[in-house]
Amino acid sequence: MKLNEEERAMLAGEMGFVARTAIEHQVKVGDFFGATDFVPVTQAHIMADTESLGQAGVMWLERLADARDGQVRIPTITDPRGTDFEKAAMLGQADWMLELERRAIDAFTRLGVSMTDTCINYQTVQAATRGEHVAFGDTGVVVYSNSVGGARSNFEGGPSALSAGLTGRTPRYGYHLDAQRQATLRLRVDWTPQAWNDWGALGGIVGRLAGNYWQVPVIEGLDRPPTSDELKHFGAAMASFGSTALFHLVGVTPEAARLADVGGDRLPVAQRIGQADVRALHRSYAVDSHIDVVVFSAPQLSLYELRTLAAMCDGRRFKKPLLAVTSPQVKPDCDRFGYTQRIEAAGGTVLSGMCFYQSYAREMSEAKGWKRLATNSAKLVNILGGYGYVPMLASMEACVQAAQTGELA
Amino acid sequence: MSSATYKARHGMGRRVVAQALVAHDGFSARYDLNRLQGVFSRPAHKLVGQSYVDRVLVLDTAKGGVATAWMLHEMRSRHMAPAAIVFNTVNTILAQGAALGDVSMLAGFDGDITALIPHGAMVEIDPEARTIRVLEGAETPPADGPARVHGPR
Repeated sequence: MKLNEEERAMLAGEMGFVARTAIEHQVKVGDFFGATDFVPVTQAHIMADTESLGQAGVMWLERLADARDGQVRIPTITDPRGTDFEKAAMLGQADWMLELERRAIDAFTRLGVSMTDTCINYQTVQAATRGEHVAFGDTGVVVYSNSVGGARSNFEGGPSALSAGLTGRTPRYGYHLDAQRQATLRLRVDWTPQAWNDWGALGGIVGRLAGNYWQVPVIEGLDRPPTSDELKHFGAAMASFGSTALFHLVGVTPEAARLADVGGDRLPVAQRIGQADVRALHRSYAVDSHIDVVVFSAPQLSLYELRTLAAMCDGRRFKKPLLAVTSPQVKPDCDRFGYTQRIEAAGGTVLSGMCFYQSYAREMSEAKGWKRLATNSAKLVNILGGYGYVPMLASMEACVQAAQTGELA
Repeated sequence: MSSATYKARHGMGRRVVAQALVAHDGFSARYDLNRLQGVFSRPAHKLVGQSYVDRVLVLDTAKGGVATAWMLHEMRSRHMAPAAIVFNTVNTILAQGAALGDVSMLAGFDGDITALIPHGAMVEIDPEARTIRVLEGAETPPADGPARVHGPR
């Protein structure tokens, strides 16, 4: 990589241990992908739950913080943590998990990181704009910011996103480059979903068809512009099923006002996707009528999703636990508008600052006896199988009904 | 006995000799593994139930979320990591995770590398040369035993 004077000084250790550690990591990654140089970034977003970090990752963070010779140079925020400290006992989480979380938070704070603990920063903190180079973690954040906002980010794992925060730059490769943002796969949908689970399922199908990180689907045929929450489920599932970092919706997303703008006119329609495909994806997860727990998470719920959920909870009494997970930015409004009270009056629980699958999901399953899980998140069903769950995908209304009856209709 | 050698477009890490675990399937440490037991745990994964510890994973593509960037480092700290990972198509997260976790990696081949490397074969990974070489081609199930890693870890 071609380095400027400041970057060479960082690499030589002239700007401290923290900067040198960060840029060494970035150069290694940049060289792997053939990056020619660095590009300045304006924001960083770090995925760093302690189930992922483990003791080793937390100690790596503490070594950086203990050096006391560097902090983040740009606004740098965090993805959900591995717990909601106020509800940890109810989740069956052990003290050692909370202690590890506290140590990670302390190290991040000493490095100047803002603990926003959200995977919906594009709805709650500050959305990246078209052409803005950023270093975002959480695949859902990246695919939304790239596609809906027109921002430029690769999937930046925790170490790389933190490094970008500490150096104020990231290697220029992948989705920072114009050439990578052209469509590579043209798809046509014959049906426009309504429910969030259907948007997620559609995104999952597109992700599976795309197949890998470097494919950029362009999608035609929607009969209306989706809402932010719909695109949130659509993109998060696509990124989860397909490792997809950018999609274009013709006439909706900013880089694809016309099909030709992203080169889609030169591609054949590779596949048509209809309602039957979305239903088939749901059926593939429908393996048991009984459920142990209902979870709304991944991504964290917006204020509007919580409003909808609260209305569905009115007048019900749940037999099974129902967990609704949101961000620390949304939770106060959820409380203030009475949504929390209405959800919890039915027997549900509103959690803040965590995400279900990032919160020691395997240990929660063992501690609480939660195995058969109903959710309206296609992303969540795609993840939880590896954690030993039997995840089932259904509408929010069907999941709420399942919490009341114990059965998913 | 075969000595077939395949060249990758991307390479990172140090030279490794170990047994290959091969499948035309994706990979995410979060989605696919029981990292405590060191086995593939996702029921639909083609390697479900098999130990990945000290093996060279030869897989189609990197999948899923960003957690693997931390998880390879965590797995390495407990000596429960794969010796190397070889992909037809890598994503940024796996490369970032390999950089932090000191896991050798190759990616990007002219053919389908999961069809070219026999499951269970001993292979040599040379990231500097960006090559994977089959040392023996017999399709034997992976046996226990550590990988040989050349250079300090």
